[in-house]
Amino acid sequence: MDSKFKQLVIDNSDSIVQKWMEEIGSLKSGNYTATISDELYEGTNREFVNVIFTSIRNQGSTKAVEDFSEKIINLGWPLSYITDGLQVFRRVSTEYLLTQSDEMDSTYFSNVLTSVDNWVEPLIRELVNEYSGSWEHILSLQRVALQELSAPLIPVMEGITIMPLIGTIDTERAKLIMENLLEGAIKHNSEVVLIDITGVPVVDTMVAHHIIQAAEAVRLIGSTCILVGIRPEIAQTIVNLGIDLSNFPTKSSLKKGFTKALEITGRHVVDIEVKENNIEQLIKSIQGE
Amino acid sequence: MEPQSCVNIHKEWDIVGARQLGREMAKKLGFGTVDQARIATAVSELARNIYLYAEKGQICFEIIDNIEHRGLCMTAVDSGPGISDISQAMQDGYTTSGGLGAGLPGVKRLMDEFDINSEIGEGTRIKAIKWVR
Repeated sequence: MDSKFKQLVIDNSDSIVQKWMEEIGSLKSGNYTATISDELYEGTNREFVNVIFTSIRNQGSTKAVEDFSEKIINLGWPLSYITDGLQVFRRVSTEYLLTQSDEMDSTYFSNVLTSVDNWVEPLIRELVNEYSGSWEHILSLQRVALQELSAPLIPVMEGITIMPLIGTIDTERAKLIMENLLEGAIKHNSEVVLIDITGVPVVDTMVAHHIIQAAEAVRLIGSTCILVGIRPEIAQTIVNLGIDLSNFPTKSSLKKGFTKALEITGRHVVDIEVKENNIEQLIKSIQGE
Repeated sequence: MEPQSCVNIHKEWDIVGARQLGREMAKKLGFGTVDQARIATAVSELARNIYLYAEKGQICFEIIDNIEHRGLCMTAVDSGPGISDISQAMQDGYTTSGGLGAGLPGVKRLMDEFDINSEIGEGTRIKAIKWVR
């Protein structure tokens, strides 16, 4: 029975495809695909219907399906394009098969439904899996990428290390910050650690709590922690929240914090130019003699 | 009153979504950078409270715009365990989660108006308004 239906559908693929294309075309206006150019849309539809028929003809050919779902993802079309297309195909081919026969009893009807389902369902499953699988892949890659730029520690000078923080701090990242901070402070033998929060959009009690804990831990291993990059609006919200940051030094900018760090480590910045000037003057005075 | 827009809080990252929506609406209303930061911080606190204590909830934003004044109203609703002693929860330094205990009293100071209702076993509803000056 099934193979008979299959043969019927394949033999009359032209009229089914035509009907399918009409229905899909009418779906276009007024939904997600409205902005897509007609040519691209038609071309992709043609490809889609080819994929459907290839898969009906020889069930198990996955290469075409994989390629097609990858193409849809690259185009950035939504998953509903795939599901809508297969839904329409199911309806169109069922209708077609029913009109081809004079038998109208319920067994025949259910036979048609079952065999069409048998063709379409594995295809839906496969395409949806491919589609969502590739999204999950992108998501996990991004998570890894985010983790990598999460909490870098930069040794800038003997004894001075900087940790610039950018973006939102969640529980997971807070843990990472603490670990990297302590590990790095010991590894680089840092006397002063600067935590720069210029790039942190919001400092709420949780973020403040984590920073306080990290600073306290740094103090325990014998280093000094300076919190820098506190913008004026952040300073005001910290005061409004009633967070006590008096236990460790804070500075408005990284520059000021770095000067302070140099001070703590017993160094200061000297202009080279002054020296050069002196040398020039010396040379001049020698030449004058 | 403008129609309100809501953010569901289920995961930790939803806090960021709520915060961004709050900040965007504050910017549209014409709040200064300091008030934007205040609103974003308040949203962050309320959303985190939902995530920490009730696990699930919703934060809704509403723009109040009438002849007398303009402002942003946010409502945080959850059906969590509720707060047994509100006056205690509103004290600085009181915490049940090992945090700083500055969340709720902090939000009250960050915003202009603050209203809290809580029933044990029913959930908590917090309403806070910031006026444009």
